[in-house]
Amino acid sequence: MPAPAQHRLIFQHIDEPGYSNDIECYLRNGGYEVLKKAVTQKPEDLREEVKKSGLRGRGGAGFPCGFKWSLVDRKSGKPIYLIVNADESEPGTFKDRYIMHQDPHQLIEGTMISCFANDVKQAYIYIRGEMPEGARILEKAIAEARAKNLVGPNILGTGYSCEIYVHRGAGAYICGEETGLIESLEGKRANPRIKPPYFPAVLGLYQCPTIVNNVETLCHVKHIVQQGGAEYAKIGTPGNTGTRIFCVSGHVQRPGYYEFPAGTVTMGQLLNDVCGGPLPGRTFKAVIPGGSSAKVLRFGERYKGKRKVGTDMVDYDWGVEDVPMDFDSLAMIGSMGGSGGVIVMDDSVNMVEALANINAFYQHESCGQCTPCREGSLWMKKISSRMVHGEARKEDAALLKSVADQIPGRTICAFGEACSWPTQSFLIKFKDEFEGYAEAKKNLPADRLSLV
Amino acid sequence: MSTPTISPSVNLKPETLARIDEVITHYPVKRSATLPLLHLIQEDAGYISEDAVLWIAQKLELQPINVLEVVTFYPMFRRVPIGRRHIKVCRTLSCALLGGYKTCENFQKEFNTTLGATSPDGEVTVDFVECLASCGTAPVVLIDEILHEKVDAAKVKQISAQIRAEAAARK
Repeated sequence: MPAPAQHRLIFQHIDEPGYSNDIECYLRNGGYEVLKKAVTQKPEDLREEVKKSGLRGRGGAGFPCGFKWSLVDRKSGKPIYLIVNADESEPGTFKDRYIMHQDPHQLIEGTMISCFANDVKQAYIYIRGEMPEGARILEKAIAEARAKNLVGPNILGTGYSCEIYVHRGAGAYICGEETGLIESLEGKRANPRIKPPYFPAVLGLYQCPTIVNNVETLCHVKHIVQQGGAEYAKIGTPGNTGTRIFCVSGHVQRPGYYEFPAGTVTMGQLLNDVCGGPLPGRTFKAVIPGGSSAKVLRFGERYKGKRKVGTDMVDYDWGVEDVPMDFDSLAMIGSMGGSGGVIVMDDSVNMVEALANINAFYQHESCGQCTPCREGSLWMKKISSRMVHGEARKEDAALLKSVADQIPGRTICAFGEACSWPTQSFLIKFKDEFEGYAEAKKNLPADRLSLV
Repeated sequence: MSTPTISPSVNLKPETLARIDEVITHYPVKRSATLPLLHLIQEDAGYISEDAVLWIAQKLELQPINVLEVVTFYPMFRRVPIGRRHIKVCRTLSCALLGGYKTCENFQKEFNTTLGATSPDGEVTVDFVECLASCGTAPVVLIDEILHEKVDAAKVKQISAQIRAEAAARK
């Protein structure tokens, strides 16, 4: 079956010739009409539409956005903050970059609607430090919107006021974790907070109720309010509504970003039809489906079980190519949809060397406050790097696995899981390659591509 | 114990000082301005000196350790000067799969330097950084504030020649 047609909702204007990131262009294309309509409605009605839409967060966890908003403590008397999580940094993910660079007003409109819906008077956009250009573009866009009375005091004469400021990070991946991000915004080291409280919606920035939403999620809010939650929910599949942007990188003919109704495209359609298949003379070996912490899938393996279709339970028997790219199906086969970052590796890649690259990332990014993560990520890196650059032993495979198995569930935040899943899954699925690496290494071409 | 009076010497441009005073107003709690101030000072002075740490602490009514612990946590802040141009090559998986390590090595050769060090003429520092979130156009390189995409061997040569030409024009 060929891949369905792309449905560009969020990326409608990305790479469109003649489309620029200034407010005049946005207004010519119907921009800010939804905000103008929204501020005449009741905030609780807008929240209800988002709930009805079934929108799931696009930052990685897929947490229902309407439910997140319903957790906000609205009776505390304290100000409610909204933080746009623009700290896009999960390796393999590169969608928010294009929204912010090419269509920043879509984000600002979605943010302002979400602020109005939640009675937020102050929002911050926390953007990664490595996107200085993006930060400048957003600052200019906010100034343009302020000049048109769409941001700032007494918006459109309604009496509602809300300010947005851009806040730059400084190169730490952990700031994508929402409580780490909040600590960072408070001017501290980005050490994630101990739970409970489980949600910043209760106690977040400055111990006030706080909503943290991903860039793409907030853009979806604009479209939900525009067409109504029920109408939006018709896009995609039940439980996975709206569109989903996939960022494909690595060994395919046409890497890039592709937007589809959620749950309508399979891995095989995405990689073969949409991305043009493997590079000439190569075959696919492995794919990481949702950012580098997602568990790796090995081409050739099969996934079997029962799943719910409508009200019936049906058997499924899938190869990697058959898996629908939605949150639930990917979770069912033991991985995750995460942030939509699909990293493809072909048969030229040695999996020990690929894992050593990933382990170096997580070791560099561990914030260091929990011992299992700080030490575990370090040792996984040391062992896998030694295997590549020094002596490799057969027993290193079991050693790596045993280190990885001792991290998850023993840390304050989900980074413990994120750093151990690659090692756990690589070791389960490519055990032979790890155990045989010492021997195989002797025959690997000396001029092969360096991965670590 | 009374806090000893110190007057850290920082020599910032008037526009930097103006931006610092403005950015502090963005937050209900002054401490939140720590990262913005560090960015502004590093952009102006090139790095974060010990005096800069003390100056920020005084400005935001914090203890110097509150600022220093932030400087040492975030990879983008540096405590020593670097070359005039900063070449940051993405090291992470998607870029590595398409030759990121080779790109980094080629830049080091072009400027006769090693990873993390500054070239003998003081012009360039080459570093590896983690994922720059542009994996679809790998390998990518951030030079100062500009992202360069699909940086293969030919593009390394072209960019390096341009950097050298700009350096020569300055002299």
